[in-house]
Amino acid sequence: MSKIREYFQQQNVLEVETPILSSAGNTDVNIESFVADKIQSDYSNSYLRTSPEFPLKRLLCSGIGDIFELGKVFRKGEVSKVHNIEFTMLEWYRVDFDYCELIQDVERLFKAIFAAFEWPDLQSDIVTFKEAFDKALTVNIEKTTVVELNKLCENMDYSGSQLSYDEALDYLFATKVQPCFNKDSLTFVTEYPSSQAALAQINHNDMNTCLRFEVFFQGHELGNGYQELTNAEELLVRFKADNKQRVFRDLHQVCIDEQLLAAMKHGMPNCSGIAVGVDRLLMVLLNLNSIKDVLTFNANNA
Amino acid sequence: MANVGINEFKNGMKLLINNEPWNITDVDMVKPGKGQAFTRIKIKNLKTGRVVDKTCKSTDKMQSADVMELDYQYLYSDGEYYYFMHPETFEQIEASKEAVGDNAKWLVEESICTITLFNEEPYVVLPPNFINMKIVDTDPGLKGDTSGGGGKPATLESGAVVQIPLFVQIDEVIKVDTRTGEYCSRVKD
Repeated sequence: MSKIREYFQQQNVLEVETPILSSAGNTDVNIESFVADKIQSDYSNSYLRTSPEFPLKRLLCSGIGDIFELGKVFRKGEVSKVHNIEFTMLEWYRVDFDYCELIQDVERLFKAIFAAFEWPDLQSDIVTFKEAFDKALTVNIEKTTVVELNKLCENMDYSGSQLSYDEALDYLFATKVQPCFNKDSLTFVTEYPSSQAALAQINHNDMNTCLRFEVFFQGHELGNGYQELTNAEELLVRFKADNKQRVFRDLHQVCIDEQLLAAMKHGMPNCSGIAVGVDRLLMVLLNLNSIKDVLTFNANNA
Repeated sequence: MANVGINEFKNGMKLLINNEPWNITDVDMVKPGKGQAFTRIKIKNLKTGRVVDKTCKSTDKMQSADVMELDYQYLYSDGEYYYFMHPETFEQIEASKEAVGDNAKWLVEESICTITLFNEEPYVVLPPNFINMKIVDTDPGLKGDTSGGGGKPATLESGAVVQIPLFVQIDEVIKVDTRTGEYCSRVKD
């Protein structure tokens, strides 16, 4: 933790604290929030944050400049060897950085942290999402249909219900592509399909992909970054699409963050940001196999 | 039978797959940071012991199996069925040859067996881990050879054949590990 703070101090990135309990939630279809009693009369509920993204973006809109936050976030139902419901997230934003510059920033920070834990100097591999699939499975994801992908998943031990295009990619990526990365280097996967853009900008050179990347080390996902979407109308479209998808999946409708939309309408600077799971990073740094080993108390005994 | 959400799976839960009950022995989640969560389970077939890996969407549902494990006392067999009694309620149940299977040779009268009930019918019968049984036939072996270097086959009351040390003789009672079918020791009265 002190290494992280030291790095951002050197880089002149301001540490901020934002609310853990908010009136608006994360609409992401694959992330479930804990819902609590309302704290503002205009909203029907409140939510434990799944990341500090929305308040941090409001600060960016106010012109605060580069910022980072280290704090607890909560994701319902996420328990595994490498997931805990409550975990520490490091999230930071760099104004006027494109995602490639942010990748270099991540590399610098990780190198400083890994050195502090006496790891040898790390190499970085940068591959696009498409290249990663081609390399691991010799599959061209842009030319493969949902039916073909489902068949491929079935051949690779999947035995659940029919998968959508993105779900099939998720399955193959998590179980087959991710384990193929070079164990001795940091792997950055870039240019995710635009259907998995979340809150990243669409790639203007290739509308099928977006300016989103993830960073992996030793088969573990450590962080997820975007060159941020700054257009409020487009953001509202994505929030609404998420909530529509939530109806279809019989999930809770999440209150849309009107305050973020208002701030973004006022103007959000071009920037890139990333969130890193600190507990998992520590687990990897200490060569441990379970996230429980780096937590004082885990979800099973909290 | 009830449908259970995969996100509620725990070790020891019983599932119904192709009309057979399976026991969950391991549960883990695979989840991309942004993306669909998957649950990977290891399941063991209650009858055959076969272990299989399965991965499904965490939002899928599967059927649970109505399975119970209870202790019963073995009474007798009429050649077709094996009869057991609950030690407290004295309720009697009959288990088919299929349910008992190869374990028939380890059934000693009055011993407490674990019976897995599937849809309230005996599905698997497990004898106690150790049983005592009398030897009805074995080679006399050489007198004075107590080194126990080799072994010899011995037939027990139930017809089971076990490898025993050379010094053990007919009419002696021995303790056998039913999980491995191996001789443990002699039992003195």
